[in-house]
Order: sequence, then C-alpha cells, then structure tokens
Amino acid sequence: MKKIVITIPFIVLGLMILCACGSGSQASDGESAQAAETHPLGQASVADDVSAKNILQVAIGSEPHSTLVAAVQAAQIEHVLVNAGPLTVFAPTNDAFAALPEGTVDNLLKPENKETLATILKGHAAPGSFNVEGLKKEARKGRKIFMANETYLEVIVDGEDIMVGGAKVIGTVQTSNGIINVVDKVILPN
Amino acid sequence: MNTYNKIVGYALTLSLLFVVGSCNQGRGNGGALGSGNAERVYVAPGEHDEFYGFISGGFSGQLAVYGLPSGRLFKVIPVFSVDAEKAYGFSEETKPMLETSFGTIPWDDSHHPDLSQTNGEIDGRWCFINANNTPRIARISLSTFETEEIIELPNSAGNHSSSFVTENTEYVVAGTRFSVPIPQRDMSIDEYKGNFKGAISFIKVDQETGRFDLSFQVIMPGFDYDLAHPGRGASHGWMFFTTYNTEEASTLMEVNASQNDKDFIAAINWKKAEELIANSDFETMATEYAHNVYDESTQMATSTIKKEVRTLDASKYPGLVYLLPTPKSPHGCDVDPSGEYIIGSGKLSASLTAHSFTKMLDAIENEKFDGDAYGIPVLNYDDIVGGVVQSGGLGPLHTEFDGKGNGYTTFFISSEVVKWKLGTWEVIDRKPTYYSVGHLMIPGGNSRKPFGKYLVALNKITKDRYLPTGPELSQSAQLYDISGDKMVMLSDFPTVGEPHYAAGAPADLIKPNQLKLYKLEENNHPHAVKNEKDTRVERNGKEVHIYMTTIRSHFAPDNIEGIKVGDKVYFHVTNLEQDYDVPHGISMIGANTSELLIMPGQTETFVWEPKKEGVWPFYCTDFCSALHQEMQGYVRVSARNSNVPLKWSLDGE
Repeated sequence: MKKIVITIPFIVLGLMILCACGSGSQASDGESAQAAETHPLGQASVADDVSAKNILQVAIGSEPHSTLVAAVQAAQIEHVLVNAGPLTVFAPTNDAFAALPEGTVDNLLKPENKETLATILKGHAAPGSFNVEGLKKEARKGRKIFMANETYLEVIVDGEDIMVGGAKVIGTVQTSNGIINVVDKVILPN
Repeated sequence: MNTYNKIVGYALTLSLLFVVGSCNQGRGNGGALGSGNAERVYVAPGEHDEFYGFISGGFSGQLAVYGLPSGRLFKVIPVFSVDAEKAYGFSEETKPMLETSFGTIPWDDSHHPDLSQTNGEIDGRWCFINANNTPRIARISLSTFETEEIIELPNSAGNHSSSFVTENTEYVVAGTRFSVPIPQRDMSIDEYKGNFKGAISFIKVDQETGRFDLSFQVIMPGFDYDLAHPGRGASHGWMFFTTYNTEEASTLMEVNASQNDKDFIAAINWKKAEELIANSDFETMATEYAHNVYDESTQMATSTIKKEVRTLDASKYPGLVYLLPTPKSPHGCDVDPSGEYIIGSGKLSASLTAHSFTKMLDAIENEKFDGDAYGIPVLNYDDIVGGVVQSGGLGPLHTEFDGKGNGYTTFFISSEVVKWKLGTWEVIDRKPTYYSVGHLMIPGGNSRKPFGKYLVALNKITKDRYLPTGPELSQSAQLYDISGDKMVMLSDFPTVGEPHYAAGAPADLIKPNQLKLYKLEENNHPHAVKNEKDTRVERNGKEVHIYMTTIRSHFAPDNIEGIKVGDKVYFHVTNLEQDYDVPHGISMIGANTSELLIMPGQTETFVWEPKKEGVWPFYCTDFCSALHQEMQGYVRVSARNSNVPLKWSLDGE
C-alpha cells in the first residue's frame, strides 16, 4: 500500500509537466477538450440557422410544451428528435402533463426513473410522417401506427376530432424532419 | 526494500520521459527528431481544419477540396469531366456545361486553380481553373462549391498559362501553350515559323455575378506560353508569361525547343490593352466558342455559341508587350508579394532569375533594348535582372512566397523544395520531396498577403510512399510546416488525378458564405413542383413528363402506369426538403444515365427510355432517413399499342 502511495506523486508530477508543456504550445488541445465537454448532445448541438426548424427546435420554441421539453431533456433523448427521421411526435401540452395524478411528472423527472420516462416519451413518437391528412388516411384504411416504444396506436376519427391512443389532436406543425401533432393527453402504456 | 527502490526508480524514469517527450512535442521548430509532427496535422474529431486547399484534379478534369493541415479530402467538384455520382454532365440541367464548339466533351485535363482577389488578397468568392486540352476556363462558386460557368477559348490550344486572376479579379487570364494557325486553316506544319501564333485571352469578370466575358485576345508570336502570374502592387496592370520554344520548332521539341540559351518572359501591359479596346483600336475576328452558364435561380445550364472575338496583334501596338530574356525554357512565372520581382524558373537551368519590375520600367523608358522579336522589343537582360538564386538544385519549376521575405522553389529533377531569401538571394534551407515535385502551394502564396504557415508540395511520382495499388499510385502531396526557420515535413497524403497547381485560403474566409440549401420559394426551375398536390404525369406524343417530389421518405407519385415502350420519359424531381445536408437520390433500372443527387429545394431531371414491357422499380440512392429503404416506386411499361391509361398515385390516391 505504502509503495503505491509513494509512486503516485511522481507520475502526477510527470503528467503535470506533460500537460504544462502541451497546453503551452498547443492552444487547440485545450479548445478540443472544452468542445468535447460542451457537445454531449450529438446532432442536437449542430448550429444551423438556415434550415427549417426540426422537431426539437420547434418544441423548445413552444411555451405550452415546456414540460415535454423538460421531460425529453431529463430522458436525454434530444438527439432522437433532431435525427434525419422521418418522425411523427404526438406532443402533449403542459396542461396534459398537469392533468396526470399529482406527483407523477416530478417522479418521472427523477434520474432513477430515466428509463421509464424514456419509454413513455417514445410512446409518443412514430417513424414516418403523419400529418392530419395522413392520420385520417390511417383511420380510413384501418392501419395502426407503430410507435417507437414498439406499441401500435389506433387512429379514430370522430366527427371533426382525430383521436390517437385516447388523446385528441389539437394542432399540427410540419417540421424539417417530421410532424408534430399537438395532443391534449399524455398517452400512457396500457 | 528492493522492490520499493525499483518502483520509485521506474516512476522517476517515467516522469523524466514525460518531461522529455512532452517538451519535444511542444517545440514548434524542433522537427529534426520528427516528434510532435503528428499533433501538428491532427484535427480532432468534429473540429475543423484551419485552411481550405483547392488542388487541381489534373487528368481527372476536376477540382479536389482538402482540409489543411489534416490532408482530409472533403469533396471532388466536377468541372470539366462528367461525374456520375453528382449527375454532372448526365442530368438535363448540367449537360450544357460540357458543350464546346467541338460538341459535347466529357473530359478534360484541369491544371491551375486560382482564387479571386480584392486588392491583391484572396477574397473567398470564386475559384477559377483551366482545361488544358480543349481550352476552357471554369468558375466555381465558393458558396455552393459547384461549377457555375465555363467559357471556351478560341485560337488557343493546350490552355496552360491559365487561369490566373489580376489583383482585383478584373480579368482571368489564359494563355495558349501551343501556337497554332490563327484563324485555324489547312496549312503545312513545315510553315510553322512566323505563321503560327499564340493567343492570350483576357476574360472580364463581373464583380457582382462573377459572369465571364471574353474581352479581348493579344495575338503573340508563335512561341509556347507556359505559365503566368499577375503583377501586383506597383506592377498591377501587367501580366507576365513564361515562354519556351522561342525557336518556333514543331517536331522533336525536347531537342529543338531547347536550343536557345534564353527564352522570354512576356510582359503584357493590360491597362494599355484596355485603352486600345476603349478606343476601338482592335480587330474583330470571326471565330466560334461556347459560353456555358449555370443559373442558380432556374437551376439550369445554358450553352451559347459566340461568333467573334476582339484581337490585338502584339507586333502592331508599341508599348503593349515587352520580352524579358530568361535562361533556358523557363516554366514557372511567379511574382513576389510586393510585385517587384518576377521569378522565372529555367527548367533546364540550375538557377532562378528574378527580374526587377523597377528595372524593367527603366529599361523600357530608356529603350535599353536587345533587338526585337516580330517587332516586340526585347529588353537587355543585364539591365533588368534583380537577382539570381544559385540554388544548387536541378530543374526549378515553381515558386511561392511566405510573406516574410522568403521564396520557396520546387526542383523537379533533384526532388526538393528550396527556401531562399528575396533580395539577398541566398539559400536558407532545402528539404527533399517524395518524389519529383511539380507545383507547390502556400495559402495565398502568390498574392500580396500569403499565409506562410504551411506549404504543400505536389509530386509527380509516388513509388513506395503508400500501400501499393497495382502499377499506378495516386500522386502524393507532402505537407510542410514553414512557420520556423527550417521547413519540417509533417505528412503525406494522396491526391486526385495528377495535381498541378493548387490554391489555399483560410477557412474563415470561406466558411461564413456557405449555401446550406436552396430555398423552395426561390426555385424557378421550369419543371419544379413545390408540393405533392401538384405532382403529375403529362404525355405529349411519345414524350412523357413526370413531375415528382421527394421528402422523407417517399416519392410522389410512386406508382405510375400507362408508360409505353419507345416513350421518352423525363423525371423532373424536386426535393421538398428544407434541411441542411438532406439530399435525395433517384435512379431507374435500365436508365442509360447516372443517378440524380438532388439537394434540398433543388429540381433535377433525368431521361429514361424504356425498352421492355414490365413493371420497373426506381429508388432513392442516398441514404436519407430511417425509412430510406422504403423510398421506392414502380413504373408499369406496356406495349406501344396498349390501351393502359396514364395514371399515377401515392398510397392509392
């Protein structure tokens, strides 16, 4: 034990000198290290102010979806929402989250529930582009939508209303990588 | 206790190794041991290079874009040769780019890229490059990294002393290597001397659009015009060209064009030429040349044949051209950042000749002439030489500058780069290249403001530098760090075709101007469709036009019936995406053409002439999305006399 303890300072000394010389001559080393720390989101961190906004960018810019965005960030699935897609997201409003039993959201946002939260959120996302026309077509043709949590959701057209998994579609936004359908309920697994 | 001492000993040794190792790496100029070179070319994942390198694609006819110092190849921009990957020369929109007065030509030999300049400094707007075989000059946008314009040069052959820009990009200048009968006619080759001529073309560049206009040609004696560079600073308004074959031989040139002790650098006063043109003091000559323009708004190229050119015969206009005697078939013609020295590299000589612009003007003023050639004054050699670099190398070819008072010259025969000092002409350093170096490039190295940090040597012979790939190895480049007193070779990297010249620019000059996508609302392509509702199929006799769209992850329409054997089917495909770096591709089984690769917001067209009945699939060729494999469709082809109605659909609707 003692031997090891004594050797460590020498190694540390060596490393310190290495670092000192390295950073003195190569400023870019420090910059890359910093870049690595500030880029944990992959594609979500790409700066692009020219392209049409993607699903995540639209959601972040939408005040009624601040709970959803917080949940996406807590589940660390931001990069899924900026991927090439195509993706359809059924986006519950803040009111929809607030309507859940008291404490549910706070509980889901805890780090230890990250996986559960991710599964619930994936139940709101489907590969493919389904706008209002697309949803009506799904209903008309009796097709179900395959969701990212590997469940199938039925689309029901009831008069003017389009219902998906018990939630009502109350708005649709076209984004660069898919569709956001705003819904009035959180879709929970059966 | 012994173990303890050993461990402490190891630790101390390790610490010392760290100290030695780390500090060696840290030294900028201590390249002798080769340590630390790796980190000087290392660009960490996700990080960007400091410089763009535009390296000619040589006999590929294209232009290759590299990052420096990493040596990573980013893109090969198709210019003079077809490129099936990008549908260049295959799509209906780009086919006109390769038209010439000789018809469509699918290939050329690209040589000397040069970047646009403002006040003698590179400005990041355009890159120009010459086609050597069928003489043409191209303009490449550094916003789209695509070829926007190609102009053919009449009266030229072997368009080699090209494409060099004047200090404010007033002109792109292009000189013929081979002299020919002007105008072309059927005559005996034996009558070359005195009858063949060399044309130097001045192409005016519109400062807003970059569009070309062949303003005038200076008709010169029948020499070979090898390379060129513009005057800058005090010598702005002059253009300098090396010549060889002042013997005017036409056969066994390696002997017969090497007889004269000195050939010339031709100094053309283009400001004087402009005055002559403005005063209508020129001859208009009938000729034929193609001018091809790609319009970013209609996303289509058009080709126009022009019928005449304005010419100025150098023998008839005193003060327009002077000849500067220069030893032994000079190749490179390079002008230092101040514009005072014009360097001629006599490729059969061991030394470099630096003519002084100040002395040249004085010799002209005081008529210090040594005879004339076809009425063009030859200046007296001793009265114009500013200095000679006695290099000790063999076969000098090209020189670039670092902006710190040094020149760097390549030597083909002795395979080396030699660094020397402007003014004192002393040799400071020399480093071998691998092997037989031709051009070299320092970013901005032939402008008023070089960025003297890296030098790229572009070699002709590769031999053992890489894993062997059969009898041919791609030409090698070597990157040198020139920030210190001595050059340090950092890395090797392979190139495309045989690179001749190259140009480099700081990334920050070009990065901010990048086009990321074509805005759909600005797409004025005559066959564009902006939404799926407008997609359709129209028949006009045997011609069928499919107006199709793409968006992740389907074509609209994707089921088409009523096509007949013998039809000519146009697929006009608009990519509805408005997202950076999300192109879609399309290809059709049996189509005698390439795929299309359609950028976001762009419309492109390919033609398919179905030859067999059946149901034939098409698909997206660029992995666009999670459902890319589902991005496919069918076309039903019926017999010529069938009654299957024309119909189209997506998802049955």
